[in-house]
Amino acid sequence: MNIAKIKEDFPILERKIHNEKRLVYLDSAATSQKPRSIVQAMDNYYNQNNANVHRGIHLLAEEATQMYELARKKIADFVEVEDPSQLIFTRNTTESINLIARTWGWTSLDAGDVILTTEMEHHSNIVPWFSLAEEKRLIVKFIQITNEGKLDLKHYQSLLKLNPKIVAFTHMSNVLGTINPAKEIIESAHKAGAITVIDGAQSIPHFSVSIDDLDADFYAFSAHKMCGPTGIGVLFGKRDLLEKMPPFLGGGDMIKKVTFNGFTTNSIPFKFEAGTPAIAQAIGFGAAVDYLSSIGMERIFAHEKALILYTMESLSDIPGLRIIGPRAEDRGGVISFVLDQIHPHDIAQILDESGIAVRAGHHCAMPLHEKLHLTASTRASLYLYNSKDDIDELKKGLLQVRKVFE
Amino acid sequence: MDDLYREIIIDHYKNPQHKGRLDKSDFSFEDENPLCGDHLQIELRVDENQNVVDAKFDGHGCAISISAADLLLDSIIGKPIEDLKKLEKQDILGLLGIELSPVRLKCALLSLKVLKAAVYELQEANDDLTQ
Repeated sequence: MNIAKIKEDFPILERKIHNEKRLVYLDSAATSQKPRSIVQAMDNYYNQNNANVHRGIHLLAEEATQMYELARKKIADFVEVEDPSQLIFTRNTTESINLIARTWGWTSLDAGDVILTTEMEHHSNIVPWFSLAEEKRLIVKFIQITNEGKLDLKHYQSLLKLNPKIVAFTHMSNVLGTINPAKEIIESAHKAGAITVIDGAQSIPHFSVSIDDLDADFYAFSAHKMCGPTGIGVLFGKRDLLEKMPPFLGGGDMIKKVTFNGFTTNSIPFKFEAGTPAIAQAIGFGAAVDYLSSIGMERIFAHEKALILYTMESLSDIPGLRIIGPRAEDRGGVISFVLDQIHPHDIAQILDESGIAVRAGHHCAMPLHEKLHLTASTRASLYLYNSKDDIDELKKGLLQVRKVFE
Repeated sequence: MDDLYREIIIDHYKNPQHKGRLDKSDFSFEDENPLCGDHLQIELRVDENQNVVDAKFDGHGCAISISAADLLLDSIIGKPIEDLKKLEKQDILGLLGIELSPVRLKCALLSLKVLKAAVYELQEANDDLTQ
């Protein structure tokens, strides 16, 4: 993979910051940068085809509808879902998970029912379940992590004896980088009679996933972490579940018929897409999966794997630096660490002055940090456009941080 | 290197003069910045004229929040409690001698927020106190 050439696809990476320093972007787990082609795809739509989707009779409306639905088809192909109508466009992963809690969760769960989630979740796969649990008097249990930062599958098996109704887990941790054995977890959940909700915000951007093959019941991900625009995400749901679920929001597009006495709902996925959707963003999302496919997810993952190994090796030379989470073989391109007693905000601020963008804090995973006995950590996250040079800069920057505080 | 981590800030962070606890305090308050987990407690002792005779802080935080706390407490010794109610954002920035982004401003102002809550003998700190 020619990284120099890939970098050229991302105009922002040419930007010089803080006195002509090269931008070293290591915050892709928060949001990825955008290649020129996706911005152009959205520009073209606005400049040539802009109209509202569905039911329009005029040419532009037909074009916009076709482009919007083509994007859905492209994304379905990308995540290996045969029936694209099982993909609902949402705002992001967070909204996708909230949608499940508010519709399926609301109608299918009763007081005393158990929801399993894990200690390594992002708040977006904890808080919606807590909210629902509070209103419906449900019980939320957390699958523990091992000392190494992997899911404790033995503990999972023991929690399954509680007959949970939902097993909600992340495919890849946004702090530890751990890639969870999704297929195995889903199979066990199904045997125990639970449905599964997978947070794929960190997985879909980085390695190829076949949602059909996983046999996931619900699977959520966001465009903006995979070279696409902000403001659009996807919720995959199995057809039979989606058809039984009540609508999420009411309004235009989600109805078949409205009378003075009530309404009937549209078929899926439209039943869950009330109001004018994020049309340009959907088209941009389609362009993003085109871009990633043109490079190939296998190649992207192999590149990241090599870079993770390089990062972990080179950072381990820094005195006082401790990487959190499993060994390189078991993780994706997220590397969180602590450096002596230096506060992550100070680390991130000093790195920023060298042009290096990392994230500091709890990364929306406060319970996980509590488990790790940390108030915060610093996270460097990688993507296809990062090179060994970026890691060398990071290392140089971290040595500078030590010098400031020595 | 940069202004933000100039010597005075690193110095007060590494060797704070006012870190610790008082045996007996007349005013005290503690709070945290949930964004970064910083935790700060401030204790004050006053004489019969309500002038600050001793001040200590305890807790953990980044270099900006710890050095701001130390500089702030250093600046209030000998001052009447009533005067502390008039302290504002600019006073802290003046002590630090730097410009801060909105996120880091919260770090710098945590000590002022805690100090004011202590002086007003509040149950809960409020961001408005630092305006």
